Amino acid sequence: MSSMSLAGIAIAMPEIYLLGAISLLLLVDLFLPERLRQVTYIGALGTLVLTAYVVALSAGSFGGREYGLSGMYVRDDLARLLKLVTCATVAATFLYGRDYLIARGLFKGEFFVISLLAVLGIFVMASAGSLLTMYLGIEILALSQYTLVAFDRESPVAAESAMKYFVLGAIASGMILYGISIIYGVTGTFSLGELSVGVTADLVHNVGLLFGVAFLLAGIAFKFGAVPFHMWVPDVYHGAPTAVTLFLGAAPKLAYFALIFRVLAQGLGGMSGAWDGMVTVLALLSIGLGSLVGLSQTNIKRLLAYSTIANVGFVLLGIGAGTPDGYRAALFYTITYVLMALGSFATIILLSRKGFESDRIDDFKGLARSSPWFAWMMLFLMMSTAGIPPFVGFFSKLYVLQAVVGAGHPWVAGIALVFSVIAAFYYLKIVKVMFFDEPETDAVVSGGPALRFLLSLNALATLALGFTSTALLAAIAHTIR
Amino acid sequence: MLQSHLLSVLVWLPIVGGILVMLTGDSQPAMARWLSLALALLAFAVSLPLWGGFDQGTAAFQFVERAAWIPSLHSDYYLGVDGISMPLIVLTTFTTVLVVIAGWGSVEKRVSQYFAAFLMLEGVMIGVFAALDGLLYYAFWEAMLIPMFIIIGVWGGKRRVYATMKFFLYTFFGSIFMLVALIYLYLKAGTYDLGAFYAQRLTFNEQVLIFLAFFAAFAVKVPMFPVHTWLPDAHVEAPTGGSVILAAIMLKMGGYGFLRFSLPIAPDASHYLAWTMIALSLVAVIYIGLVALVQSDMKKLIAYSSIAHMGFVTLGSFIAWDILARTGTLHGVTLGLSGAMVQMISHGLISGALFLCVGVLYDRMHTRDIAAYGGVVNTMPVFGAFMVLFAMANAGLPATSGFVGEFMIIIASFHANPWYALLAAVTMITGAAYTLWLVKRVVFGAVANDEVAKLTDVNPREFLVLGILAVAVIAVGVYPRPLTDVMEPTLQHLAELLSASKL
Repeated sequence: MSSMSLAGIAIAMPEIYLLGAISLLLLVDLFLPERLRQVTYIGALGTLVLTAYVVALSAGSFGGREYGLSGMYVRDDLARLLKLVTCATVAATFLYGRDYLIARGLFKGEFFVISLLAVLGIFVMASAGSLLTMYLGIEILALSQYTLVAFDRESPVAAESAMKYFVLGAIASGMILYGISIIYGVTGTFSLGELSVGVTADLVHNVGLLFGVAFLLAGIAFKFGAVPFHMWVPDVYHGAPTAVTLFLGAAPKLAYFALIFRVLAQGLGGMSGAWDGMVTVLALLSIGLGSLVGLSQTNIKRLLAYSTIANVGFVLLGIGAGTPDGYRAALFYTITYVLMALGSFATIILLSRKGFESDRIDDFKGLARSSPWFAWMMLFLMMSTAGIPPFVGFFSKLYVLQAVVGAGHPWVAGIALVFSVIAAFYYLKIVKVMFFDEPETDAVVSGGPALRFLLSLNALATLALGFTSTALLAAIAHTIR
Repeated sequence: MLQSHLLSVLVWLPIVGGILVMLTGDSQPAMARWLSLALALLAFAVSLPLWGGFDQGTAAFQFVERAAWIPSLHSDYYLGVDGISMPLIVLTTFTTVLVVIAGWGSVEKRVSQYFAAFLMLEGVMIGVFAALDGLLYYAFWEAMLIPMFIIIGVWGGKRRVYATMKFFLYTFFGSIFMLVALIYLYLKAGTYDLGAFYAQRLTFNEQVLIFLAFFAAFAVKVPMFPVHTWLPDAHVEAPTGGSVILAAIMLKMGGYGFLRFSLPIAPDASHYLAWTMIALSLVAVIYIGLVALVQSDMKKLIAYSSIAHMGFVTLGSFIAWDILARTGTLHGVTLGLSGAMVQMISHGLISGALFLCVGVLYDRMHTRDIAAYGGVVNTMPVFGAFMVLFAMANAGLPATSGFVGEFMIIIASFHANPWYALLAAVTMITGAAYTLWLVKRVVFGAVANDEVAKLTDVNPREFLVLGILAVAVIAVGVYPRPLTDVMEPTLQHLAELLSASKL
């Protein structure tokens, strides 16, 4: 096949580059003495920067969509945007997590290598042109994530959550694969491009296809952590080392957006009437449960896990609207949520130190006394996640709700909003603990200047994007039309 | 430059100033105080040309500023004032100056953050009154909650956390429905421009749902019976300055919202549901008045009195259609609306003053329990005189501002239905009863205990604050003309808008 020529594989240049860099890094790390572990760290950051550069450079006209490798692979603006944001997010994850990992003896080369492999998985998902490529990406990402969760092998909690994650994740992968096989059985193709042409609205009542979509959706919902497939989220977030939770909570969401968008909206967009109801139900359940159960949490990582569930609900709500406006809103929501999740988990890392995880809500007591600046930064992040203007979290909710109302479901928007008021309570609880309570210990925040600077930048970005997000909106409008 | 961007300056000067004040840190409280005072005075000074340069002959928006904000949403940074919002903005800058002076010595904890919060709140509140774009308005409206949440939570009383959570969640819950309504209107009109919302035709069912959504936001803010329960808690636990801003400005946002959004956007639904609104207003006026009578906490009493007085504002706004049906002219309608506006301004002055009076006592005795006082006038004669004056104004004594608004509304409700007038006039009795009884128990009588005997009279700073408010209360009471003249064309225009069906 001509597309398998050297020119043909150029379409996967960023992935090829990344894989090469990962292998090199793994090899170099093997021969590094312990004291030079920083080299791997710097190397991992460098890899991300250069990969982002390759992504940005990779040819392909703006606005166009190119298929390659026999239609298995796609290069378009969406993939480019997702990959660039992923690189930035994971770079931030490394910067945030460094001190934490050093303090716990987890500062090992494998952490960075496995994380970069997860990035590769995300890249493959972002560029998947067929259901099989998508599955390949899902598995690369998932296996890296299971390993990362178990990374602190001394910790029984981490081992338990990794086991749970692995077993449940394997079932979910099985469901996705089963769904894919049914869809293949009915349509005779794996290609998302062919599906987008072949699957039309008159297939809405095709039982075989519906069956496949239901399995696929169950698997996707598991990956997202949407109710009722959310059980693993709090346990894994809680059990994993915070630096890993930071990773899990941020970058993979971009991949899952690619998954649901490429498969449902692009591939099976023709029969959106069949799945938009299912997605909306998943969305409302997630928003409802995430908001309600979050109220009773005392551990901030568990709380943020439930917050994730609720936020994922909003992403799904945008997808469930079944309109380009909805998809755009969901993408905007995903990107801004990743920004907020990064900042929130990073604040936990900022407060933690050797032998102290700082993952109880009470550990935030009196932060406004000991460190007013970071208390305000966390307030920004919490208010933004709660959806209070002028922070960007408000606008991301606004776009989603606007799409939902525009799709003719004002009541759905109303229900989602009522739950977001309930969820506001737990974000306020964190603000309350920081500002209104007296400090329990006189410990000051730890964390190096890089972490502090980046976290401040991160939190201020939620405010700045609230005032003007024109550039991001334009980029998104460009990718999905 | 200043003339054409007056409103932007008014919005952003206090917000940026607040950040500056916060950056001075907690180590230099004196600097934070002086800087805040300078900024508050500057904002007040900047707001005066707003009144001076206001063209009283037109109902159109003035001092308009417009720039694209979120082009993809057709949402603009669109500011402007008319006869409804302009006096409220001046009231905001005026009250903030008083709050800064009042907090001068009584706040000792995290001084710079205290003043910074009030300055930022001032800017955001002005933004609410000046915004003519639905999305911009909503952004300011919600952003307002954050500083107030911090103010009550950090500097409040014993149950401050409960009170501030309740305040935040109550008002947040109310306003999300407004957001859905705004989104719906945007999708209909294709823009967030308020003028397009006014012009947008809507079916009756749409109007009713939109009205109810706005009602959820504004009724909580006013607050109307039965969603008023957050107010007594918030007032009691808030620091003095917080109570003053809550009573003087924040409650007005509910009344303002009805006039700016509910009535002109959904006139037919407003007409249809007016009887409910009138009933709820009358319940607030009578029942809440009786509730105020039995309070043993001074701040709670004034809080309930606020709810009763705000009942007049909603009454004055919603009797419009009854007046129109009875008299057939818009004259009575405008009277009711003017009454509502005057009542809002006057209540801002009087309730603010009363909370400051309580603050003066609280700073000395550290209790708000009415039973702990008695015979204060013996040791604090000047304070006693002020307190009696403001109490009389609260009871609606002629020649004070409290009389003007209530009287206008009672007259207007006579046009609508004499029974309304009769029921509304009950407030003349209950209002007098609870305020005068409060004064009797606190100010007059024999000196109740040793602590009262040791009280010292108001210091010059407190005298200044209360004196300025006393002058304002009497000035509006004796000569309300300048105030009503400013509003007249806008309210006439509003009366025309709401009398025209949009079906």
